[in-house]
Amino acid sequence: MTMDVTAEVIADVDALVCERGHDIEAIVLGASAGGIGALLTILAPLPATLPIPIVIVLHVAEDKASRLVEVFSHHLAPQVRLAEDKAYVATDTVYFSSAGYHLSIEKGRWFSLSREEPRYFSRPAIDFLFTSAADAYGGALLGVLMTGANEDGAEGLAAIARAGGVTVVQDPDEAEFATMPLAALKLLRPDRILSLQQIRTLIYRLEIPDAG
Amino acid sequence: MPKNEATLDIELPLLMEAIYRKYSYDFRNYSLASQKRRVIHALRQMECPSVSELQARILREPETFLQLLQYLTIPTTEMFRDPDYFLSLREKVVPLLRTYPSLKIWIAGCSTGEELYAMAILLKEEGLLSRSIIYATDINPAVLEKARKGIFPLNRMRAYSANYQAAGGKNAFSDYFTAAYDAAIFDRSLCENVTFADHSLATDSVFSETHLISCRNVMIYFNHELQDRVLELFHESLCHRGFLGLGSKENLEFSRWGSFFEAVDKPWRVYRKK
Repeated sequence: MTMDVTAEVIADVDALVCERGHDIEAIVLGASAGGIGALLTILAPLPATLPIPIVIVLHVAEDKASRLVEVFSHHLAPQVRLAEDKAYVATDTVYFSSAGYHLSIEKGRWFSLSREEPRYFSRPAIDFLFTSAADAYGGALLGVLMTGANEDGAEGLAAIARAGGVTVVQDPDEAEFATMPLAALKLLRPDRILSLQQIRTLIYRLEIPDAG
Repeated sequence: MPKNEATLDIELPLLMEAIYRKYSYDFRNYSLASQKRRVIHALRQMECPSVSELQARILREPETFLQLLQYLTIPTTEMFRDPDYFLSLREKVVPLLRTYPSLKIWIAGCSTGEELYAMAILLKEEGLLSRSIIYATDINPAVLEKARKGIFPLNRMRAYSANYQAAGGKNAFSDYFTAAYDAAIFDRSLCENVTFADHSLATDSVFSETHLISCRNVMIYFNHELQDRVLELFHESLCHRGFLGLGSKENLEFSRWGSFFEAVDKPWRVYRKK
């Protein structure tokens, strides 16, 4: 039985990759409470070479944020960096946002930081990254919203959907904190509602299109 | 691309062009993502249905423009923010500033003045304030007026005091202000040698030779082109081997002017003209 479910899941993810995979030029991920574990799960299998850059807003306490790069570098093969103001988005990199600043992607596909007021008590805000990335990448963007205990990210994911990008919400039944996925599902019908394992497979297939 | 968003993308640059031609404020080379958010926020607050209608209003009503200006600039700031930056100035820059008989210091984009008062307190404790002229500049007359008054919410003082101590403060932070109801009124003598001026980094030129420029979290709102302009301006203003301090997440790496400066304290973004 388990095998069948897995096969079905992979077939579904593969269908999405076949349908839209060739368009995707960037992946944006948003998570809050429970996000570190979730991100480690989905990013762990990735190799050092990533044709599609991955940009992450993860809400964490400001004093812990500086350690994110360190922690993820330790566990992941690709280069992990803080997204720096005015740097161009580069391949082979997993980017985190700096604590205390909002992170956006400009239309020229470079990062900009900002000290606007926090949103849902969070700075960086997932909404700001997602909405700006939707402007920068249009339909060539995959947005994934995962576990979290507030409503940040829902509007941003809706902006990605409006721009023609691919939207994925973590299954709220599985998410450690369901508030964030549920807020998104209230606002839009994403392309897929997936488990962490499925999200992991999806990103892996996008990054390594030849993988069997 | 959905229709409404495309319209907004047309309207935004037109609004900035209108502002520039009517009022000489140049927001045309600001980074667009945050500018777009701020204009959308302003539309809601000012109860204006579209950017085009806002444009029509600001062209005819200067007071509406001044209202919009408050939304276009980001006044979030605090005293001794990133204490290590000020500690770095104290330990690595002040010893060299001491060697000059008189000093000119420029707080560019001073906003409501928190950075200015922090700098003045630091200079006073290092015995340099009396021989310094400080230029505090901003494009927004409303925030400059606040900076000139030097009155801040009393409830922020606890956080500022902690920052001040971490920044190597030598006294009690409360020595520098008088509490009155819910306000902290800062010592006027801190501002004796401060010149407040309306100055635009986007359109104005150099007005003085300076020994230290502190410009923190201003250029994060600019695109590469405008950042280059500003760094060129700073390079021109700074005296031989003058100092430049930036926000803790800013850097010179992505500007062609970066190679004209060297790091004095890279983690805390203190640079020096080569």
